[in-house]
Amino acid sequence: MKKVVERALEKYPAKVFKSRKEHIIIKENEDEVPEITANTRTIPGIITNRGCCYAGCKGVVLGPIKDMVHIVHGPIGCSYYAWGTRRNKAKVIDGEKNFLEYCFSTDMQESDIVFGGEKKLRQAIKEAVELFNPKAITISATCPVGLIGDDINAVAAEAQKLYGIQVLAFSCEGYKGVSQSAGHHIANNNLMKHVIGIGDMKPKKYSINILGEYNIGGDGWEIKRVLDKIGYNIIAIMTGDGSYEDIKNAHKADVNLVQCHRSINYIAEMIETKYGIPWIKANFIGVKSTIETLRYLANYFGDDMLIEKTEEVIKEELADIEGQMEYYKEKLQGRTAFLYVGGSRSHHYQELLKDLGVETIISGYEFAHRDDYEGREVISTIKTDADNKNIEEIKVEKDEKNYRVILSKERYEKLKKEIPLSYYGGIIKAMNKNSVIIDDLNHYETEEFIKILKPDMFFSGIKDKYVVQKMGVMSKQLHSYDYSGPYAGFKGALVFARDVAAGVYTPAWKYVTPPWKTEPMIEGTLEEEGEAC
Amino acid sequence: MLNLTPKEVSQRSALRINPAKTCQPIGAMYAALGIHKCLPHSHGSQGCCSYHRMQLTRHFKDPVMASTSSFTEGASVFGGGSNLKTAIKNIFTIYDPEIIAVHTTCLSETIGDDLKTIILQSEVPEGKFVIHANTPSYVGSHITGFSGMVKGMVDYLSVNSGKPNGKITVIPGFISPGDMKEIKRLLLSMGLSFIMLPDTSGVLDSPMTGEFNMYPKGGTKIEEIVDAGNSYHTLALGKFASAAGAISLEKKCKVPLSVLRTPIGIDATDQFLMALSKLTGKDIPDYIEEERGQLVDLMLDSHHYLHDKKVAIFGDPDTVTAMTEFVLSLGMIPKYVLTGTPGDGFNAEVEEMLKNAGVKGSTVKNAGDLFELHQWMKNEPVDLLMGNTHGKYVARAENVPFVRFGFPILDRYAHHYLPATGYMGAIRLVEMITNAILDKMDRECAEEDFELVM
Repeated sequence: MKKVVERALEKYPAKVFKSRKEHIIIKENEDEVPEITANTRTIPGIITNRGCCYAGCKGVVLGPIKDMVHIVHGPIGCSYYAWGTRRNKAKVIDGEKNFLEYCFSTDMQESDIVFGGEKKLRQAIKEAVELFNPKAITISATCPVGLIGDDINAVAAEAQKLYGIQVLAFSCEGYKGVSQSAGHHIANNNLMKHVIGIGDMKPKKYSINILGEYNIGGDGWEIKRVLDKIGYNIIAIMTGDGSYEDIKNAHKADVNLVQCHRSINYIAEMIETKYGIPWIKANFIGVKSTIETLRYLANYFGDDMLIEKTEEVIKEELADIEGQMEYYKEKLQGRTAFLYVGGSRSHHYQELLKDLGVETIISGYEFAHRDDYEGREVISTIKTDADNKNIEEIKVEKDEKNYRVILSKERYEKLKKEIPLSYYGGIIKAMNKNSVIIDDLNHYETEEFIKILKPDMFFSGIKDKYVVQKMGVMSKQLHSYDYSGPYAGFKGALVFARDVAAGVYTPAWKYVTPPWKTEPMIEGTLEEEGEAC
Repeated sequence: MLNLTPKEVSQRSALRINPAKTCQPIGAMYAALGIHKCLPHSHGSQGCCSYHRMQLTRHFKDPVMASTSSFTEGASVFGGGSNLKTAIKNIFTIYDPEIIAVHTTCLSETIGDDLKTIILQSEVPEGKFVIHANTPSYVGSHITGFSGMVKGMVDYLSVNSGKPNGKITVIPGFISPGDMKEIKRLLLSMGLSFIMLPDTSGVLDSPMTGEFNMYPKGGTKIEEIVDAGNSYHTLALGKFASAAGAISLEKKCKVPLSVLRTPIGIDATDQFLMALSKLTGKDIPDYIEEERGQLVDLMLDSHHYLHDKKVAIFGDPDTVTAMTEFVLSLGMIPKYVLTGTPGDGFNAEVEEMLKNAGVKGSTVKNAGDLFELHQWMKNEPVDLLMGNTHGKYVARAENVPFVRFGFPILDRYAHHYLPATGYMGAIRLVEMITNAILDKMDRECAEEDFELVM
């Protein structure tokens, strides 16, 4: 396999070859975790799938918070492309405001670049307050903002004073870091500094938060449905269908479930340090993983009622879907998959595919870090390079007033052996021997590896969906779910199974080659006409 | 839906809400895809490139290839020269296009990268080309970017070699591959030799064959762009998208030009064909006249559902202007006409049209947005909304029949195969408009008023 990979990359110029081979690893042995290079700068001209820091901050983390006005300070494109394109669903609750159908921008013009855009930003905030009277406002910076030196922090501070609502500035210029990842970090920092912990609700029993769950296609709602049924009280989901009010109270929960490790692990860690709330790595994608996660959670609380109820709900939910899951498994069993998603789904969906008898033979992330590949145990060995060193690292201290000891030291240590408590093992451990793992996969490699490994199905995003479909391989989006969903939880697993089976079995595949290309067409030639010419 | 939009219109000078435009580079990327074997390249940080590819892919449901300089913070401070040079080398080695068409973003424009010089210093293999257009996102809109890239093609490539080719150059403007195909069909129907620049048909409407072809069959060939300098006339369809390229071709290669409306609707198509006929002395063939007659037949057959109906139209200036003219010819009243693209020429042209048709009390605005359009509709409702996918929220909120028209259409299939231009496109539009209106009548009328024949 190693030779095959090297042959695939032969076309690269020397420098590119040298760099790319560090980002492609083969898991040669079952219990081996080879080291990968990740979270480094993108090679210019390589046709990456990556986006930018702004997309990670505003597009991913902030955007879904439904009751805040998110103003994008920049020319129109940045806000336009993040308008309704990620399917982070939200419901309007009576009397509350939902801004997700709107796109707010300062629409910077040439004069704003020349003379600075602070004045326009100030005016835009004023107009937003007058029109909508929101509870809070975010301002996201885009590429030119940092270059021309607009001080969005000063403008935000001034507006906060003036209007008596929180106005948060995010310096998430597109060129920061090397991918969306930097934006996650920047968003996490500000939410932690300014929003989490300022609420004063009285928590109920069994209170939890779900972190890194963006409610794509209603995933968060499906997860919530099951957790509610067992008896948990979800304080905040960050940030799918999330609200400012809920996030303020996130420090009141007893535990954090972390679905997307990459985008939210900063907050999970900081909440643990500051408020003493441990986190558990969750995975609600896949039937077995969902069950496992529910059991981890019940075990965490160690409450007999919860443990019993958990098993009851699992039984009920399974009864609802088992027959149909079995039906789809029969249809899909033995096929192979290629997964290339952002920073977490490439791992999570392998579990769901396993439920359906599909093996993942190649996978990768756009912008994950080594810990998402190799597990959190490698964090201390990760070096920060020049492209990432300007992303602010914030340190939080124990909050003397709100810090709680939720688990005794002994219980913490005991649980740590049983459940992924404040731990994530990464994608590599989950993969089979001989599978290929690629970081920051580009267009050339997508084509090559599809040709070499011939997977039956490809799961990625919109930019490569049609490329791969044109190659004759079933291709589904795992960012937008091809406008379907939910895919999470028990019911979601079934929706996913149905969608995949539809993709594999749609009759159109049989029509790709016209019949006249495979059947002899000699009979009935128009000889006379031919002669007449 | 859109519950927070107040009826009362307040003046906004800074906060843009729900724009009716996007930024320059996506237009340039689209134009560059209209060159055969071209890889568009975005000189900025990679988020732009991903967003533009994403948006185009969602509109066309087809692969959209482009590369990027992937600026880091360092490059953003010290200049992106080495990023672009590295990119050019990598692109030619790995992806082997015939030509790279570079556009810029607000990032590289703000730092002032000198593209011409960087390209001159780059390693470009023998017989291959690198061209560029400056497309600052903080000026104009995606239409400006399209226009800039077409101009870039002419400025870099077109040459008057003193050997007239007897061809007419047509710059079709920011329209879909289905439209470009229809315009080519009309040109062919008259037996004309022509160069269409750019041409995305065969690129963004490519067939399923079981093989991915990074550079599909379609696109204007480089030698055609070069040869455009030898054509005897340029027809620029749509002044916002196409005039700059045509003017450049006149300046550089002395090719005379005419600027016409995008041929949407009966008047603009008549003008287009008449211009061709006058320029070339060729007749308009019978079967095209027959199509026109069918369109007029349809206009008469369906007029009672359309007459005096109020329409709100939004989108890109050239196509919105032509659509306004068309709905006037259908006896409808363009109540609100709006583009997000700035430019006073838009208002003047549309207002003139309304005046000539004797329509009073309409609102025309450039550099407007959908938030304001929605507010107008709350104050004085319309019977039909026409525009891109983003209009569906307004249509649902106000329960107005909605016709998807323009760019982008993200939520329907097959539209990019089919024209809105020419008489055939106009027939399709009348079908779409009447369907939208009749569907609503069918859905909402009392049961006793439900009609079999309409």
